[in-house]
Amino acid sequence: MAMDTTSPQSAPRLSMRTRRAIWVWAFLALPVLFYSVIRFYPTIDAFRLSFTDWNLMSKPAYIGLQNYRDMFASAEFWKVFRNTFAYLIIGTPISLLLSFLIAYFLDRIRFGHTFLRALYFLPFITTASAMGWVWRWFYQPAPTGVINSVLGSVGMGQLDFLRSTTWALPSIMVTAIWAGLGFQIIIFMAGLRSIPQTYYEAAKIDGVGDFAILRKITLPLLKPTTVFLVVFSSIGFLRIFDQVYNMTTNDPGGPLGTTKPLVLMIYQTAFNSYQMGAAAAQTVVLFTILLFISLLQLWILRTR
Amino acid sequence: MKRFTKTALLAGTIMASATAASAVDIEYWQYIYDTRVEAVDQLIAKFEEANPDINVKQVTFPYADYQTRVVAANMAGNGPDVLQMFYGWTDSFVNGGVLQPLPKDMFPAEQIEADFFPIVTAMKRGDDYYGLPTAVRSLALFYNKALFAEAGIEGPPETLDQLVDYASQMAVKDSGGNYTTVGLTVEMGGQDHQWWREVLVRQFGGAPYSDDYSTVTYNDAAGVAATQWYTDLTTKHEVGYTGFMDEGQAAFRAGRAAMTIDGTFRLGSFRDITDFEWAVAELPANADGLRSNYASYFANGIGAKSEGEELEAAAKFLAYLSSPEAMQLWLEVVGELPARPEVALTEANLADPIYAPFLKGLEYAHTTTFVEEQAQRQVAMDMANRVFLQGQSVEESVAEAAAAEQAIIDRAR
Repeated sequence: MAMDTTSPQSAPRLSMRTRRAIWVWAFLALPVLFYSVIRFYPTIDAFRLSFTDWNLMSKPAYIGLQNYRDMFASAEFWKVFRNTFAYLIIGTPISLLLSFLIAYFLDRIRFGHTFLRALYFLPFITTASAMGWVWRWFYQPAPTGVINSVLGSVGMGQLDFLRSTTWALPSIMVTAIWAGLGFQIIIFMAGLRSIPQTYYEAAKIDGVGDFAILRKITLPLLKPTTVFLVVFSSIGFLRIFDQVYNMTTNDPGGPLGTTKPLVLMIYQTAFNSYQMGAAAAQTVVLFTILLFISLLQLWILRTR
Repeated sequence: MKRFTKTALLAGTIMASATAASAVDIEYWQYIYDTRVEAVDQLIAKFEEANPDINVKQVTFPYADYQTRVVAANMAGNGPDVLQMFYGWTDSFVNGGVLQPLPKDMFPAEQIEADFFPIVTAMKRGDDYYGLPTAVRSLALFYNKALFAEAGIEGPPETLDQLVDYASQMAVKDSGGNYTTVGLTVEMGGQDHQWWREVLVRQFGGAPYSDDYSTVTYNDAAGVAATQWYTDLTTKHEVGYTGFMDEGQAAFRAGRAAMTIDGTFRLGSFRDITDFEWAVAELPANADGLRSNYASYFANGIGAKSEGEELEAAAKFLAYLSSPEAMQLWLEVVGELPARPEVALTEANLADPIYAPFLKGLEYAHTTTFVEEQAQRQVAMDMANRVFLQGQSVEESVAEAAAAEQAIIDRAR
């Protein structure tokens, strides 16, 4: 249809503005169509599937809210739910604090600046699964694990890391924080650089201290950057999968499900148990959480 | 001119249909594993030579994707004519309409049961067979001869008591109390869950499931005793622990595990070991001499969508894949045991120090009917972990596991 309107007969009737809009939409149509088919349609369809019992082989049978009832009644789901929020609630503040501190100080040094920045960024461009395996070996007990071998050689006891129901989750989280740090540092540094120097100069002339400058000028002006990173990092932690899956392949999400995030549970329900309906219900829950958290954070950190 | 065109067209049509009739194309699906793909390539070449009117195309997928691909392709109506599948998937594939029964005229049930090891019946639903194996797998005890010699121990353990005794002699810890060598790998996530389920539970006088595998029955004194014995390996006898060197087989390969329980499928990777000599022994008996084993296999079945001449060709190819000739080739190329006793129990195989223990195991092996192997394995892993990591009592842990596994079975039925 868009093509017809640009034909010579009808062209004079359209204003420049309309024609430009038509061109823009003609070009946008392709990605919109693409996203509709591979993103939006499956997302919406997941809501429908969540009310069905479907194992891929039979026809989906409508069972109402049964999947949700089963899910909320299962102890495993709530354990996974808690794990997911542990990744989020511990991971996001720590990673943001660390990346801000590093960005703040990195911004002030000149010697080796580029090198250090590259060093911090490196983990971000490394494949998550490869990193997962490297860390998995670091965490092994002696004699294979580097950390425990060092501890052993100085006569200290062993840390169980991935074999502990208490420490497995933090151990995996550390690697996820480390992996995302580079990106957050770069964004924070860009944010810091975009604050006009004149404010700082004025503050210096007035004799304001470093800490006051940080609190009164830097942090408030950095707010848009912080909002973006909080949302971005929260979504990252809520969707954590690669690190967990690769570090615990012998007992996915283990030991005893203490590291299992929601995404891994969805994966197992769908592709190990072939309970597509139940997996869709879990996906709907994840979607709702993601939506709610994103909106909440945007609201809390909104500009007044 | 017009007539000529017509004639040409007609001739063309006839020729095209003639070629179609003279060559049937069928697809064979299996997962990617180098030696298996290689073996099927060789089998296809031989089969096509004997049947010039059939073309077989082998299609492969990574193992992690394989089941999903089969199911998805079946839904889309372009599934394979012949496919390889784990025996444990039979229920879901039959119920899901992925498979069709083998044609009875070519594969009569009595004939199958006479020719194959008894575990073939795991492919039977009602009166119909849904697949036939080329090769079967069983478990055995792999042991590191160098570590045995170092400890001055003669041969492999014959009984469970000897197993514990030898394993605790060979487990070594450093001054910090960390294992540097384990006597026996303890890892439910490996093959131990099969060993525990079909071997230990039976050796302690119980049965893991009812005869039709619909009810979990290990939650009794025997099941608890078997589990107690198993967890004692770590907690009391300190012969090893789960997670040592990441995986049991990795520890064994590195020469840091004196013994490990694993299957025929591990032979290929252990054959690369050059640092030390290893050998294979039957799984240890209990004090009364009772032995058991767990056998499993991948079978070949016929896709539900195959019909007409393709179905005929598929049946022919499947018959060839389960022929003695194919089994011999499979043994040589892949290293898995033939599924027919006549091919498996030859003098040469029985004299082979590596194949013999696995073959003996087949005689008294059980084949668990899994409804969802991964989930049921997870139950066994969690059962052991609750004892190892949370100090739960064995009775409670076994009861919890039995309830969880029963729920998985009930859900699937």
